[in-house]
Amino acid sequence: MGRKLLLDKAHIEGIRYYDVYRKNGGYAAAEKALKSMSPDQVTEEVKKSGMRGRGGAGFPTGLKWSFLAKPEGVPRYLVCNADESEPGTFKDRYLMEFLPHLLIEGLLISSFALGANTTYIYIRGEYAWIPDILEEAIAEAHKNGWLGKNIQGSGFDLNIYVQRGAGAYICGEETALIESLEGKRGTPRIKPPFPAVKGLYQCPTVVNNVETLAAIVPIINIGGDEYAKIGIGKSAGTKLISACGNLNKPGVYEIEMNISVEEFIYSDEYCGGIPNGKRLKACIPGGSSVPIVPANLLLTTAKGEKRMMTYESLNDGGFATGTMMGSGGFIVLDEDQCVVRHTLSLARFYHHESCGQCSPCREGTGWMEKVLKNIEHGKGKMSDIDLLWDIQRKIEGNTICPLGDAAAWPVAAAIRHFRDEFEWHVLHPEEAQRRNFGLAHYADPLPVAAAV
Amino acid sequence: MAVQFSEEKLNKVKEIIARYPDGKQKSALIPVLHLAQESFGGWLSADTMDYVAGLLSIEPIEVYEVATFYSMFNLQPVGKYLFEVCQTGPCMLRGSDDIIHYIKEKLGIKIGETTPDGLFTLKTVECLGACGYAPMMQLGKFYKEHLTKEKVDQIIAECRAQANN
Amino acid sequence: MAEEKKLFKVKIDNITVEVEPGTTILNAARNIGGEVVPPAMCYYSKLEGSGGKCRTCLVKVTKGSEADPRPMPKLVASCRTTVMDGMEVANITSPEVLEARKGVVEFLLINHPLDCPVCDQAGECDLQDLSYEHGVSGTRYEFKRRTFEKEDIGEHIKLHMTRCILCYRCVFTADQLTNKRQHGILKRGDASEISTYMRASLDHTNFIGNVIDVCPVGALTDRTARFKNRVWFLKPVDAHRECSDPKCCGKTVLWMRGDEIFRVTARKDKYGEVEGFICDTCRFEKKEVKDWIVEGPRKISRHSVITAGHYVGVHKPQETVAKVMDGRQPKLLMDIHTVSEVNMPQVDLSQIEGPAHSTDFPKNKGVQ
Repeated sequence: MGRKLLLDKAHIEGIRYYDVYRKNGGYAAAEKALKSMSPDQVTEEVKKSGMRGRGGAGFPTGLKWSFLAKPEGVPRYLVCNADESEPGTFKDRYLMEFLPHLLIEGLLISSFALGANTTYIYIRGEYAWIPDILEEAIAEAHKNGWLGKNIQGSGFDLNIYVQRGAGAYICGEETALIESLEGKRGTPRIKPPFPAVKGLYQCPTVVNNVETLAAIVPIINIGGDEYAKIGIGKSAGTKLISACGNLNKPGVYEIEMNISVEEFIYSDEYCGGIPNGKRLKACIPGGSSVPIVPANLLLTTAKGEKRMMTYESLNDGGFATGTMMGSGGFIVLDEDQCVVRHTLSLARFYHHESCGQCSPCREGTGWMEKVLKNIEHGKGKMSDIDLLWDIQRKIEGNTICPLGDAAAWPVAAAIRHFRDEFEWHVLHPEEAQRRNFGLAHYADPLPVAAAV
Repeated sequence: MAVQFSEEKLNKVKEIIARYPDGKQKSALIPVLHLAQESFGGWLSADTMDYVAGLLSIEPIEVYEVATFYSMFNLQPVGKYLFEVCQTGPCMLRGSDDIIHYIKEKLGIKIGETTPDGLFTLKTVECLGACGYAPMMQLGKFYKEHLTKEKVDQIIAECRAQANN
Repeated sequence: MAEEKKLFKVKIDNITVEVEPGTTILNAARNIGGEVVPPAMCYYSKLEGSGGKCRTCLVKVTKGSEADPRPMPKLVASCRTTVMDGMEVANITSPEVLEARKGVVEFLLINHPLDCPVCDQAGECDLQDLSYEHGVSGTRYEFKRRTFEKEDIGEHIKLHMTRCILCYRCVFTADQLTNKRQHGILKRGDASEISTYMRASLDHTNFIGNVIDVCPVGALTDRTARFKNRVWFLKPVDAHRECSDPKCCGKTVLWMRGDEIFRVTARKDKYGEVEGFICDTCRFEKKEVKDWIVEGPRKISRHSVITAGHYVGVHKPQETVAKVMDGRQPKLLMDIHTVSEVNMPQVDLSQIEGPAHSTDFPKNKGVQ
């Protein structure tokens, strides 16, 4: 069994409530931080832990904190990004629903480290029932002296507020989130300035993902050095993976970043394999934006090594043969799935969610969806595949925010690895309406690389 | 009828505004629009939006800009029960297309339409963050997950029963 | 003596220029001038917060600065990226930039109606110029182009949403020049549109007319001059008047044909930016020569078809017609008015209510 730091107590009945949480060691980290550590020492521990932001970009959290500007007399803000909207990702929801006090404790320690006296949790609007859970927990924390003025006699003040969004994937981008929190349209800001200098209300702001902030609690509890020992290399600690698609046991799993992808999919401890004896065709291991990879490249890298559930191993081979850890939204496609159809569904998603501010994303996402729709419905031309490739190439890297890249990568990867399936759709338009392309050779063993 | 929050809801608005620094009451816009949508028939009329603009001392256009940006705000009247079925990749892999088709048949409406009795509106939406419990839909405040045809029947029956009471 | 400000040395397409810290790459390039200046469709130096959206001004930073020479990983919007000392930038010398720009132009055009033949902006349209210089002649877009429900925003300004490229300039203008913004960007993604939502008239403040001048395309045009004449048939004349509005600079360009004033605009520089904003009274209501103190013909310095056919720099032939024709008298081969009913000299185009139609030229009104 892998070590669990976040979900270790998730099974305890009533852990959602303060008394149970406290009785099971809750708020010990907050106590330790407030009573025996300085804010800089907390930041130092987080740096030592080597934890990388769990929202998707994987930027080291301690480093991000150290960029926060600290001008005299200007308030600083911590904003918790709970706008979990990346298709395939539903881990933050699990934490907030079942372990709200873990998040609040993490927010308390982090706010203390950053010197923020007001902290907002920006949660996606569709999670309409979760703000009630969080607000109830916040009220309990206030009652027990973990929020409000002079917390536990430390002289530190903190208020946490929950803000609901209203349906916009783009608000997961930190500057769009800040705009939305200011009551505006969720359009990303043009950077620089970065939020660490001018964020919420033009004040220095740190925006962190729910899981990142919750993980601050075990980091303080066990110490940064100990945390860094878990996992492999720069993939330190445990990571929540939300597994979905064609799996026997979809759900949220906490893994130590030292297991293989194969173990994660097939072992009974985790996803328990693929239902109905079907075979694995492809997988998007880090949320819908990251490149899709065929089964053979998923389980083994192009070098022939076992692929592990770490940032580095998933990325091995770059975009040519690798993919990314992303947000940990693990989407599995079995042999009955059509990659063209799935790519169309993702293209539709990004088209729907483009904010419309910059031209490549506004115009390009809709164009890709239309071309893909033609191919899927048997009206495609061979040249459409090259056209798609060219459109995604002209979006990628040329937009204000990463949504452009997020829209381009799935299309690029699908064509890169499954081009024959696209061509089959074009060449057999009628047959493609009746049946799927199937597994083809995507699960075949990789050819042994020639000696270099 | 003039648009007007109850005393209790006006207090709630005040409480929301107090979460933000002085002069930043515009931050309350999205929460207050949610409150308005719940209070005034499940959608936002121009009058409702103008009322919210007044409450927050901002220009009406600032409210229109925001209300039209976010997908959860309905700018047209909707049925009493709004079925928002997720159709994005992970749900599609688990058969959301069949569920959508089944609801269409069962209610005799197309996507975006409302049943003649004003009870049901069907909408397709993009990823709601319940991919592991697919297929799913949002109904009011809550999610209905692991949908099957039988479960859809049951939900529709429950809604009808509740509406008749 | 004040301490001399340290200037930053920047190299753009191998041309070195020294600029003040805080200058953007785009403005540094404008200091150099000529072909190295990236095109800008949304940036407008006089509107705070503008820029960064259209992505036509993308450039490659090949060297970050003297202190940190690493190149920037992605192309950057030159209008919103400030220079560093020792920075090196590639614009037209970078094939990557030109390729990306070609892509942006294509994106801007796929849903554009290409209705230049009936667009009043034609001839002074930034999108036309951009497409001419950076676009391709064909299209790869095979789908129905986007349309919007028409919205009437008042008697002075005409909104054609299909032509809009969502530069946000008009929103900044309303925010920064008028006391009440009534229009904005509604909806999102490729459904985004400029609208008032209420279908209200924008003729409520005295400066909203400036949205016409800042609009880079034909999305917002002067309704009082609509369909009256082609801009290249008009003669731009610098003029001014004592305007009672202190915010109005009173310096304008009158677009004339003969003694008729068809249109009044602010004075624009070669990047299409106004030198000073003018009020709606000057723009929409002062259409008589007597309202103005005429300064003289305006030299249009921007690259456009409207630079043709002006009074400036005209070289008049010395020879008389008779001499050229070797003593023969010129003969009118055909009077166009015998076959066409339009543009009869008896009809003052600028005086017609609304757009000019063929019915404004009744058969019997012409040449007898």
